[in-house]
Amino acid sequence: MTRLLVANGTLVDPVARTSAPADLLVEGERVAAVGAPGTLEAADATLVDARGLLVLPGLVDIHVHLREPGQEYKETVATGSAAALAGGFTTLATMANTNPVNDNGAVTQYVLERGRMVAGARVHAIGAVSVGLQGERMAEIGEMHRAGIVAVSDDGRPIMSASLMRHALEYTQLFGLPVIAHEEDDALCCGGVMNEGPTAVRLGLRGRPAAAEEVMIARDVALVELTGGHLHVAHLSTARGVELVRQAKARGLRVTAEVTPHHLFLTEEAVGDYDTNAKMAPPLRTRADVEALRQGLADGTIDAIATDHAPHHQDEKDCEFDEAAFGVVGLETALPLGLRLVAEGVLDLPTLVERMSVGPARILGLPAGTLAAGGLADLVLVDPERKWKVAARAFRSKGRNTPFEGWDVAGRALVTMVGGRILHDERAATPQLRVAS
Amino acid sequence: MAFTQRHLLGLEGLSAADITAVLDTAASFKEINERDIKKVPTLRGKTVINLFYESSTRTRTSFEIAAKRLSADTINVSASGSSVSKGETLADTARNLEAMRPDAIVVRHGSSGACNFLARHVTCPIINAGDGCHEHPTQALLDCLTIKEHRGEIAGLTVAIVGDLLHSRVGRSNVHALRALGAKVRLVGPPTLLPQEFAGLGVELHTRLADGVRDADVVMMLRIQRERQGRNYFPSVDEYAHYYCLTEDVVRLAKPQVIILHPGPLNRGLEISSAVADGPYSVIMNQVTNGLAVRMAVLYMLVARSKSVDVGETEALSEPARGRSGARA
Ligand SMILES: [Zn+2]
Ligand SMILES: [Zn+2]
Repeated sequence: MTRLLVANGTLVDPVARTSAPADLLVEGERVAAVGAPGTLEAADATLVDARGLLVLPGLVDIHVHLREPGQEYKETVATGSAAALAGGFTTLATMANTNPVNDNGAVTQYVLERGRMVAGARVHAIGAVSVGLQGERMAEIGEMHRAGIVAVSDDGRPIMSASLMRHALEYTQLFGLPVIAHEEDDALCCGGVMNEGPTAVRLGLRGRPAAAEEVMIARDVALVELTGGHLHVAHLSTARGVELVRQAKARGLRVTAEVTPHHLFLTEEAVGDYDTNAKMAPPLRTRADVEALRQGLADGTIDAIATDHAPHHQDEKDCEFDEAAFGVVGLETALPLGLRLVAEGVLDLPTLVERMSVGPARILGLPAGTLAAGGLADLVLVDPERKWKVAARAFRSKGRNTPFEGWDVAGRALVTMVGGRILHDERAATPQLRVAS
Repeated sequence: MAFTQRHLLGLEGLSAADITAVLDTAASFKEINERDIKKVPTLRGKTVINLFYESSTRTRTSFEIAAKRLSADTINVSASGSSVSKGETLADTARNLEAMRPDAIVVRHGSSGACNFLARHVTCPIINAGDGCHEHPTQALLDCLTIKEHRGEIAGLTVAIVGDLLHSRVGRSNVHALRALGAKVRLVGPPTLLPQEFAGLGVELHTRLADGVRDADVVMMLRIQRERQGRNYFPSVDEYAHYYCLTEDVVRLAKPQVIILHPGPLNRGLEISSAVADGPYSVIMNQVTNGLAVRMAVLYMLVARSKSVDVGETEALSEPARGRSGARA
């Protein structure tokens, strides 16, 4: 059995919410022991020197679009997994809007099998709520559950039928699965391509109002009250949306929520001169919304940071704004942006790590995100000082559609380990990643 | 009379000096259109492409005549009957057009920002002839020229713009131009078609026609798109007309010397009554005439500024880097 001693690092424990020097002994695929520096008995272990580095549990992203099967030109499980490892993520859950849609056990098995074959990050599958994401007939949730799904979602599309949503929230309780909801009322969005507000009026673009998100969250909270199901609100984007989740939690309802890095850092003004890399659904909102999302993340109203990594081919973004695809990539920029939240005083470091590991894992009931002895040795060594410039051409993802191109960021995953195996290693100097000037 | 822009993508952010430069140049070009031989050699050897994704005979013809009166060669590319309708992307089209080495491309497109997009992909000047719900700068410039001719200075005038502001590129461009030139602007329309965000542009908002028109110096009507009915912006064209049709009764609320503008084509009896459209305050036909002069001015200012003007064709063509400097700004 291989033994690794991860020594001299600063171990961030998201459960105890502490950050302190510690060594960590890995035996096989599990963490064997955690102890004060120099105290672990590990004479025969290979040393992984973590001096100056943060040792974090592998990050968990519960909202990615890996595009396989069907749109491998945008991304594959292999390229998405490589992007995840480079970004410090060891666990992913991939959405059902593939082609064919993951609305049956066979597609679930295919996706999970691809994940095992690439032997990268742990890939989990989210099944569709409705057949073909059509929002009409319920998909074979039980069959997909037997095949291994961890949640259901029609993400990419809202579930406009309140009755279907009600039944999904009821039926999933049989399997203990959350219903992940893309909360935007179609009729209110009405073909909109960005936030409804001054920028849309100025640019002459059709807007999607904040209320489109809020009426759906309000509806679904009422349905949770009716059914007792578990609603997970994907990519919160508005201040009132945060407030609705806060109130639901205060009433003891099973409502969880996530936020994306882009909604935590960018406003509608990022659309600027029709920049299609700022086009996503829900859209970038206002400064007040950004502040409310940050507050909600800090106070625990929002349980998780999720990337909503949505790779598209260049041609699908290099076109008229109206025509451009919705969505941005995020796996390779989420960690440094998260660390920027810490630098800006929004969160402390253990809380950030909690929101990016054990917090999201808990939503899907995954045994990930901790560094406790006996747990899986999924971990990431991060150089918090490493400065680099976001350059999409250097991404492992096939997607180049980032709104953060050219940003100067700090913090990089140098080593990513899944089940005790080092699958990503940047410890050797990679000068092209350093800031040029 | 310097014009500082490389393209004419919109009037947002343009200085009063830039706008005035176009208007003054246009005024000087009007004389050419009164001559017996309505042609000057100013843009001889230059090629102007009219790229029209939306059909608009009026605007396209106006640009085409403007180019021809300046002796430029014009090529019309329309969405029907070209590769554009066969699924070619706008980026591909831009690359293909670029290969023809045009000196300017006039673009009409159904998507807001399409001209901004093209300006990033080609090196020659782009002239926006209407993009989606964004801007229609030459229309607003011809409106300003028309107002100036009838009322002297624009600064200090009260201008009411009436109709579907939400979807109007003409309205947006006029707000920018009129505000830059110092007019007081009122926007008037049903609440469904009048986003409150316009208030941020320094204009007054009115939902009642009488309030908007009262004591106005200029009333500018926008064309109502009948296809908007059924989207619940308003219940019916009859009801729209009841509340927003500019009739003689309403016009009487404005200043006695008020002028009435309309970009055409008119929906008579819907947004404007025939009595008003054909009446003494209407300057609608002057707008059409001024459109030609404004487009000549814009072509002249964007195309003729390059240093190869007035040299032989051969020399102009043998200058590969022409127009490239600053293209990526
Ligand atoms: Zn979504
Ligand atoms: Zn998504």
